Amino acid sequence: MTTAKLTSEELSAAANHAIEAPNAPRKRVRKAGQNFEMYSWLFMRLSGIVLVVLVLGHLFIMNILDGGVHRINWGFVAGRWASPFWQMWDLVMLWLAELHGANGLRTVINDYARKDGTRFWLKVLLYASVILTLALGSFVIFTFDGTIEYPTGN
Amino acid sequence: MASPTAIRPSGGKPSPRRGSLYRGAEGMWSWVAHRITGVLTFFFLFAHVLDTALVRVSPESYDKVIETYKNPFVNLLEVGLVGAVLYHAFNGIRIMLIDFWSKGPRYQRQMLWAIVVVWVLVMLPGAYFMLERNIRHIFGGGA
Ligand code: HEM
Repeated sequence: MTTAKLTSEELSAAANHAIEAPNAPRKRVRKAGQNFEMYSWLFMRLSGIVLVVLVLGHLFIMNILDGGVHRINWGFVAGRWASPFWQMWDLVMLWLAELHGANGLRTVINDYARKDGTRFWLKVLLYASVILTLALGSFVIFTFDGTIEYPTGN
Repeated sequence: MASPTAIRPSGGKPSPRRGSLYRGAEGMWSWVAHRITGVLTFFFLFAHVLDTALVRVSPESYDKVIETYKNPFVNLLEVGLVGAVLYHAFNGIRIMLIDFWSKGPRYQRQMLWAIVVVWVLVMLPGAYFMLERNIRHIFGGGA
């Protein structure tokens, strides 16, 4: 290891791992504002609990109760989104699932990308897809008009 | 991840199986499956938001794309997706119990077999009801 190449932050991190006197007072290693990973960990669990209800409910209703994709057409969607309850359900599910999944994928990228450049570009791609998905999905839910002329009806 | 590298006060190299949650055996494979099903679901969600967004383009374009899903092959993919999400959800609950329930780590293996059993019990009727229509169609029942 060439010491010259270490940043001051890395040096202090290394210092934190040096052997201390057995009775040395406990030092706060973590600096303020570095809690992001802890909140992200907590978010995975909190969103997970809510997603159990929203996602499993969605799958059960759509695939089994309502008869699956054979029943689905534009009129079906119009009927569903006529209700603010299902609009809200889908909106919250969209945001939680997308953020939960993207945060999970961020971990996966961090784990497997070997080069900084690869990691950087994979994350750019990931965040771009998150913005696109959330923006498009929310836009569609908020601006959908189920009353327009529809030849085949419900 | 839930403490993938446990710090042992006693030091020394951990023995591969006992007391190590994420290395080898059930603990590791359940995590591998959790990761694969999570990533798979994320990619599906992307496609699903795009196809549903077609409702905002025109009824005809939405119906045209949904029509291409109405065949036995996509039906099987749907069952696979439901199975993947169901495992991810159940195992997610197991992860939370390991992290937050004081006895969670001790029962992690039993909890894995419990969710596998529940998964089978839910998927059997679930797959049946999802595939019913195509099964009837293919084997020439009434429907
Ligand atoms: C249905 C209810 C769900 C529950 C209970 C759940 C729970 C969890 C939990 C507890 C984790 C572990 C986080 C960690 O290890 O720190 C996780 C990871 C993950 N989840 Fe979910 N999740 C659910 C739905 C979803 C959905 C809908 C997606 C996709 C959009 C998804 C994608 C992921 C991904 C990609 C990871 C990261 C896997 C890894 O790091 O190995 N999950 N989930």
